[in-house]
Amino acid sequence: MFETTLKVGPASFRIGSDWKEPIALIDELYAAYPKPSLSDFTVRMEATKPWRRYIRPSVQIKGDYMLPDALPLPLEQAFLAAEMGLNLQMALGWRRHLILHASSAEKDGKALIMTGESGSGKSTLSALLGYNGWRFMGDEFALIDHDNGEAVPYPRMISLKNQAIAAMEKQVPNAVLGPLIEATPKGDIRHMVPPIDAIRNMEKSARPAMLLFPRFGHDTEVREVLPSEAFMRLTQASTNYVTMGEVGFNTLTRFIDETPVYAIDYQNSEDAISMVNELWSKI
Amino acid sequence: MSSYHKDAMLLVDCLREPERALRLNDGDWTALITMARAEVLAGTLAYRLQGKSNAKHIENFVRDALVDAEYQRRCSLWEVDSTRRALQNYDGPVVLMKGSAYAATGMEASNGRHIGDLDIMVSEGGLKQVEELLLAADWEWVKEDDYDDAYYRDHMHELPPLIHKDRDQMIDVHHTILPKTARPNPNALAMIADAIPLEDGHYIFMPEDMICHCAAHMMADGDLAGGLRNLWDMHCLLSDFSGAAGDFWARLKNRAEQHELWEAVHLSARHANALYGTNIPSEWMLWKFSDELIQKRLLARNSWGQQTRKFLRFGFYIRSHWLRMPPLMLTKHLFTKWRKGHKPIT
Repeated sequence: MFETTLKVGPASFRIGSDWKEPIALIDELYAAYPKPSLSDFTVRMEATKPWRRYIRPSVQIKGDYMLPDALPLPLEQAFLAAEMGLNLQMALGWRRHLILHASSAEKDGKALIMTGESGSGKSTLSALLGYNGWRFMGDEFALIDHDNGEAVPYPRMISLKNQAIAAMEKQVPNAVLGPLIEATPKGDIRHMVPPIDAIRNMEKSARPAMLLFPRFGHDTEVREVLPSEAFMRLTQASTNYVTMGEVGFNTLTRFIDETPVYAIDYQNSEDAISMVNELWSKI
Repeated sequence: MSSYHKDAMLLVDCLREPERALRLNDGDWTALITMARAEVLAGTLAYRLQGKSNAKHIENFVRDALVDAEYQRRCSLWEVDSTRRALQNYDGPVVLMKGSAYAATGMEASNGRHIGDLDIMVSEGGLKQVEELLLAADWEWVKEDDYDDAYYRDHMHELPPLIHKDRDQMIDVHHTILPKTARPNPNALAMIADAIPLEDGHYIFMPEDMICHCAAHMMADGDLAGGLRNLWDMHCLLSDFSGAAGDFWARLKNRAEQHELWEAVHLSARHANALYGTNIPSEWMLWKFSDELIQKRLLARNSWGQQTRKFLRFGFYIRSHWLRMPPLMLTKHLFTKWRKGHKPIT
């Protein structure tokens, strides 16, 4: 088995593959990340059948934590498979922090957390902020420390989807991008290496100062969100809230108690960025 | 490069002697936790390692795995209590089996143990009433397939699995511990008659029966998938109970013979001894050629967490069906399953 390791924020992974190419690609895109010798999780990219290593190669994603009915992907999409494998380990196996399905960015030593459904634009916004005076902390998982309530970065590859791909290429001309993966169940996907300061500072956590529920494609509007609503929505947005029991409850209530919450609707990302900066200037 | 292990011996060694895990190099440690998770023994290993090391990676693994184990224990006890409420009007004893029985009594086997579905046993005569009470309390059938449903009812030792509508938790309601079609014919009525009442009104098997059930489940029913985990249960049960009175082993053998399960009990005991170092009487120790195969099957897991020895596993799959039903019936059953697109081994 071909293999490599990588560390994103506090989590370390060992990745094995029946093929050489996906590992080479991972090593190339994750070049700036540490390569730990100890791993929290193992992810495997396996041929669905022995001969499918060579004939119409098909990647089955496996690992310490897996979904029983995950569909295999063609070898050209192996990088996506690997990313899905990494995400699954975190979503199903990580217990050291409260995991929120959210993006995050840091400014002035304080963290902005953004959560919302797929298509809300939280991922793109966090990436754009990362090139506009903020430090990108992560586009998929925000990790909240159970002991001190701080947000811990998880700056994995930024996953751009559909029209966000071209938009980002325009805004960040020298971005390092993975292969364009077309016609996945979520449309076209392309991964972008986070800004280098995000990777270098991935051990530096920050106190959450604002929680946002962004929503793309609606008339521009800002509204305050009641803590009760925010709490309920975050229980849904967390992958380990239930498993963590009382500890998870305490971490989440503390987060809600200490963090102002807003919902913003927006039509384009420029507007969203200025709305975020406007709200941020008032905290 | 991580270090390659072609079987799960490293996991077995570290369960038996947790101190070994403290001295592993980074590659072996990663292999160990990967195998432990694949064999669903991570919580058990974590429990064994608890408080033994300040090394960050060990502490992290232990804490995380015990969070999961504690969550499952909590869910399982909640499920036990929900079932108790649903079956309040059932007249006969309801016996908790396996994981939930260990958890309800805090036995050694429950420490860190993964607990999945709830397994209970009632007398065959009480099945209908129990089924009705559960359905009335929002449990529903998992499988809609007529063949499977009829198969369960005609030939199995349990009802088709039920799942609770809101809680998404499964319950298996047994009336004996092996399929009706299996060759051993355990005395289910004696098992229920001799079961021990708990404070909440549920029952658990008496120690000898608990061991007989564990052995039957592992050696006389399944294809040894999850065998290391079942064998760990066996190790804990034998270690827990053998300390009690001097004639424990004789009583166990006697009871096992009564249930026609001596072969299964003997087999599991000597494999627990061989792998986990369980204390068993010297006259129980014997090693046949087939034991070699069983041990290889139990250890068929490499350091990447992958199953190995595909042909051997397939052999044990065939064996499990061979034990479960007579040849003609087996042929018919496998043919029907094959026509429905069932794949035995992946």
